[in-house]
Amino acid sequence: MKKYWKSIEEKDTNDVSVVENQKDLSHKSTIEDIVADIPYKEPASRRDFLKLCGFSITAATLAASCETPVRKTIPYLVKPEEIVPGIANYYASSLFDGGDYCSILVKTREGRPIKIEGNELSSMTKGGTSARVQASVLSLYDDARLKSPLKKGDKTTWSQVDDNIKSLLREAKDSGKKIVILSSTIISPSTKSVYNDFIKAYPNTQVVYYDAISASALLQANKLSFNEQVIPDYRFDKAAVIVSFGADFLGTWLSPIEYTKGYAKNRKLDAKKTMSRHIQFETGMSLSGSNADERIPIKPSEEGVILANLYNELAGLLNKKALENVPKTSRKLKSIAKELVATRRKSLVISNSNNVHIQLLVNAVNNLLENYNNTIDLNNPLQLKQGLDADMDTLVSDMNSGKVEALILNNVNPVYDYPQVDKFIEGLKKLKISISFSGTLDETASLVDFVCPDNHYLESWGDAEPKKGLFSLAQPTINKLFDTRSAQESLLKWTGNNISYQNYVSEYWKKSIYPLQSKAGLKKSSFKKFWIKSLQDGVFEVANLNTNKKHDFNAKDLKNAVANAVKANKQIAGSFELYFSESIALGNGKHANNPWLQELPDPITKACWDNYASISIPDAKKLGFKNGDVVVLSTKNNKKIEIPVLLQPGQAQGALSIALGFGRKSAGKVGNNVGQNVFALAEVKGGNTTNFITEVKLAKTHKNHDFALTQTHYSMEGRDIIRETTLAKYLKNPTSGNEKHEKYKGKIKSLYEARPHIGNHWGLSIDLNSCTACGNCIIACQAENNVPVVGKDEVRRRRSMHWMRVDRYYSNSVDTPEVLHLPVMCQHCDSAPCENVCPVAATTHSKDGLNNIAYNRCIGTRYCMNNCPYKVRRFNWYAYTESSKFDFNMNSDLGRMVLNPDVVVRVRGVVEKCTMCVQRIQEGTGKAKQENRELEDGEITPSCVQSCPADALIFGNMNDKNSRISKKLEDERTYHLLEEMSVLPSVAYQTKVRNQPNKLV
Amino acid sequence: MYNINVRGPVIQGNKDCHQVTEDICNPLDTKPGKWWNITFIISLVALGVGAWGIYYTMHDGLGTWGLNNTVNWGYGIINFVWWIGIGHAGTAFSIFLLVLGQKWRTSINRAAEAMTVAAVFCAGFFPIIHMGRPWLAFFVFPTPNTRGPLWINFNSALTWDVAAIPTYLMASALFWYIGMIPDFATIRDRTTSKVKKAIYGFFSFGWVGSSRDWLRYETLSWLVGGLMAALVVSVHSIVAMDFASSIEPGWHTTIFPPYFVVGAILSGFSMVLTLVIIMRKVYHLEDYMTNSHINAICKILVFMSLIMGVGYTTEIFISWYSGNEYEMFTFFHNRITGDFTAAFWIMLVSNAIIPQLFWFKKIRKNMTIVFLISLTINLGMWFERYVIVVTSLTKDIMPANWAEYSPSLVEICLFIGTLGFFVLCILLFFRYIPMIAISEIKGVLKQSQVKTNTKNN
Repeated sequence: MKKYWKSIEEKDTNDVSVVENQKDLSHKSTIEDIVADIPYKEPASRRDFLKLCGFSITAATLAASCETPVRKTIPYLVKPEEIVPGIANYYASSLFDGGDYCSILVKTREGRPIKIEGNELSSMTKGGTSARVQASVLSLYDDARLKSPLKKGDKTTWSQVDDNIKSLLREAKDSGKKIVILSSTIISPSTKSVYNDFIKAYPNTQVVYYDAISASALLQANKLSFNEQVIPDYRFDKAAVIVSFGADFLGTWLSPIEYTKGYAKNRKLDAKKTMSRHIQFETGMSLSGSNADERIPIKPSEEGVILANLYNELAGLLNKKALENVPKTSRKLKSIAKELVATRRKSLVISNSNNVHIQLLVNAVNNLLENYNNTIDLNNPLQLKQGLDADMDTLVSDMNSGKVEALILNNVNPVYDYPQVDKFIEGLKKLKISISFSGTLDETASLVDFVCPDNHYLESWGDAEPKKGLFSLAQPTINKLFDTRSAQESLLKWTGNNISYQNYVSEYWKKSIYPLQSKAGLKKSSFKKFWIKSLQDGVFEVANLNTNKKHDFNAKDLKNAVANAVKANKQIAGSFELYFSESIALGNGKHANNPWLQELPDPITKACWDNYASISIPDAKKLGFKNGDVVVLSTKNNKKIEIPVLLQPGQAQGALSIALGFGRKSAGKVGNNVGQNVFALAEVKGGNTTNFITEVKLAKTHKNHDFALTQTHYSMEGRDIIRETTLAKYLKNPTSGNEKHEKYKGKIKSLYEARPHIGNHWGLSIDLNSCTACGNCIIACQAENNVPVVGKDEVRRRRSMHWMRVDRYYSNSVDTPEVLHLPVMCQHCDSAPCENVCPVAATTHSKDGLNNIAYNRCIGTRYCMNNCPYKVRRFNWYAYTESSKFDFNMNSDLGRMVLNPDVVVRVRGVVEKCTMCVQRIQEGTGKAKQENRELEDGEITPSCVQSCPADALIFGNMNDKNSRISKKLEDERTYHLLEEMSVLPSVAYQTKVRNQPNKLV
Repeated sequence: MYNINVRGPVIQGNKDCHQVTEDICNPLDTKPGKWWNITFIISLVALGVGAWGIYYTMHDGLGTWGLNNTVNWGYGIINFVWWIGIGHAGTAFSIFLLVLGQKWRTSINRAAEAMTVAAVFCAGFFPIIHMGRPWLAFFVFPTPNTRGPLWINFNSALTWDVAAIPTYLMASALFWYIGMIPDFATIRDRTTSKVKKAIYGFFSFGWVGSSRDWLRYETLSWLVGGLMAALVVSVHSIVAMDFASSIEPGWHTTIFPPYFVVGAILSGFSMVLTLVIIMRKVYHLEDYMTNSHINAICKILVFMSLIMGVGYTTEIFISWYSGNEYEMFTFFHNRITGDFTAAFWIMLVSNAIIPQLFWFKKIRKNMTIVFLISLTINLGMWFERYVIVVTSLTKDIMPANWAEYSPSLVEICLFIGTLGFFVLCILLFFRYIPMIAISEIKGVLKQSQVKTNTKNN
């Protein structure tokens, strides 16, 4: 037998005992043997036995119960200079996507963008955002995003794609037929330059701008009237009287953030005793209509005749020539005309019609009122919509007649949103090559040859010129998540230019924008300094590039316009008109896969996850429709859709309205098959896609649809919830409508001693007069506080988790209702009813006046929720994170990247609610403490306050007598919600004031 | 020995002590009938249904219930209060009637107490399962801990519940058990089975029937009984304060504690009535649970029902008199009229009007009608809790929050589960425990009937 040895000693000594000893140990397997070996003088005592028992039981318990999944945190090997874990970095950038422009700050944590804030340096959006802007950060982490380029639906690499495309494009170039770039409106000057470079390389290239919801008629009308194909700059901040025909300028029309800023400024009553007056003629109840002082429901076909009549009334008052052949309308326009004339040069008349004739009449009215160069500025035009519908129609017929060889689609989805889809698809098949830059495999991208996915805007460089002379930059805030490439870089590559788009932008700026410095009144600096400053600021503004150009109004087309308006104004008995509205949340439907937007309730109907045909209540009664009845809607071209009806107070009789942007088929798991797509129902008239159609018939089916509504009761039941008054009464007595406040103020008695608030006492004030209910705060709160999305069924069960909600009530008649909006979040009562009913003291009052919840103490008895008179507390009915039942953003690692690491993700079975962004308060107070200074007023802002486009919310320390909130609390309009409950809320509201000198309706 | 001169004998049929023992122990000695087996299986199935409900609730979360962010309490709390109300019967019977010297209670108190214990178990189950995180239910106990240390909130009525309900459960179980000790000894002495002897022997605590045993026994009964007298009132008062200490319209009212206690006695006694009628029918105990017993319970029910009627009208009057618009809405537009009209009127008619039929002797003597009325009251009392919990929450102060509530299948299954558990407990009680207190019955036999028979007793 061979001898195996470990050491020389072992080999040589041949000592048996060593080996034996080792052998021996290995035999000692039983615990007694080991215990016996412990060199105690006495045999194991009772104490030892107990010790051993204790040890082994503890060890076994620990080993058995403490096994949790290991999640590795890997520290930076080389820490990037700018990243400090736990500290957020902000980068200025710009968002422009299908009509929404916003200058933004992107909050990143450890390299992840997690929140969008408004950029206060922008003179256009002034720190405001919209719900869509807030939600755009979630689209970055969309599971539906393409992870690599595709060739005929199969994954491929960029080099292969480039080779293929280059050779195909060369062929197309040589064929003599057209290459077309079909693009959504481009406001980026450098991208336009890229297009031009591409045209240089492929001279047979044509660029066609196509907007799903276009301003085509507006552009054409201005061309006809002023020889400028532009959208003028509307100055709502200068307008004393606003008359809007269907234009939802607070919600969706052109540049709502900017318009809301301007509008709200004139609605505020701080330190001034006037406010603007807003009259809205419209079909469906829009957000703007709900905020109007007077709202007159009209059928869309009536619009032209009403405008012509208004023109004549004005002309009569101003001794100008009236339009001829105008039939009388039953609408009372005399007083409106008088008001408009009285506020001449300070009034504003707008329309969202996509009919040139109507826009011409609007121009004529504004011209008559001398609004040009006052409230309407043609010299600083808005560039957000440049597409002409006719161009698209021409392109489609060119495609079908074989004149187009190659089509490059940039940020457009015509297969979803072009009315004549079939023709487009037909034409697409005849192309040699079709390329899409879509970031997801949308309806169009799934039909093209090559998909070259563009970066998300938060991963890209870019620039923008939303308004003439207002430049802004976009910079990446995260490395590319997937194998994507910016569209510009792709186009440049195909022209043989291998420059990165980043360098291209900076070179473009050096060449074209840097020289404008002197015009902006800045000191001349090196380009590097200029570039860094512009990047830091996000904006570079050259106000009034060319100011004083006068435009003469060309009235020659008016006659034709009137004739057309008269022709359109025919009522067809027994049928409906159908108006296409734009949804506040989804817009043109591009971001239908964004669950935050899907679950954002419509500010008027409070429905989410759906579109529907809004019908007036008298019409519904006549036809025997109940809310949710599914009808078959058929147009005169025999297109049919099935859609539920929703009874809408204030809807014009004889007209339906349906929101666009729903019914996506290839948006992703969240957005597919939500609602119905009605883009295809639109018609093309005079080269423009109409925003309404006539002769629509409804047929009832036996189906009934259950809407996902976050509010089901319409009326305030005569309760003292929202206090309102009129401007005239307010001027006479500032406390009008708010008389009850005096009754309760300081007179509330409690058996308990009042809690002292040491240092800070946080309070929030909401001006109901400037709040437009746009819903920005709802999404801003959701993004900041990791509020889960619960889905359609759970909203139906009334389990929406939004911490911030906006209640909507109607008053007056169902035909001409007045609408009231009320944002409600936790009121942080100083005598909170929720606190004293919690058996485990999980919800308690803090020294600075906040009502806190310790989530890990909460056992979920939900008594606090019952006892909250505002019902602002939310319960985690299910586990909403990492749950396949709630397959939204919180069910994937990618989607969860958007979570704010400063806010706990709540588990199943606990109650949650608004914290007034306690994490921001902690951060702010901590910072001030560290710097050994007092907090400044306005230094800390909760998420809802920060980006409010109407600046309706003010947050601050109520203990500081000089703070803005303390001053606001002394306002005569200030009151607390449900004051009589004596719960002492920290949130205050200011009464709503309507400017109704003489009631029209 | 007790001599009834005016009211006639409590126990009929000229029983002697031996006969009493034989009669009452009979179900324990014989095989159960067909009906027992069938009911047993049904109750097991119901219990299984409840177990499924528990599994589903625990596995998926409270989202499986029909609740929402407006109506946060529903079936769970309705059934909790309903069972607690039923659980009032035993103690009310034993203690109140003991204090009032009502000797007729002896035939019924054992069954009533058994019912109490089962019902309180059913009730106690609901507050736990309806928590968001029942596995952390121990947070409600004021125990020293390393979590802070965190203390509980003594201001919360739910904390008072935590003290009241387990106390009540333990006290009533104890009282019930003490009463059974002599009877267990009787069974121990009678049985021939060794197993039974061991088990009943264990539970009889070495009872030998000596005068010292009896002395201790009586003292203990009186002591525990005396302590429990307070619990009869406290438990349901505290449950009432779960509602009354809130600011919810329709809940925030000082009438709730007495109103709930009376309601509990009404529902408890009617459940006793239901049970007694079944027992005397099935086990032929008409001699023990005589018509005059039924008669007496009916009279109590009339009285309680009258108080309930006063309670209902007072509530409505005060809501009007207070001028509080939210209270007015709740009572006049959401109960008397409105979406919940049916529930409100079922409650009012069943609890305050139908029991008034007991004014008529004829009706009190007709067992079928008495039985039906007892069931009606139980139904009515269930609806009372439904009206209180659901109407207030669905439409409270801010109309924007108004929401509907309807129970989900899971909630209904949980309710069925507790019904199954209750019936199962009662069946086991019939089978293994003398359903009438043998020793106490012997105390109320008519003196002339008493014949001592040392051999058998």
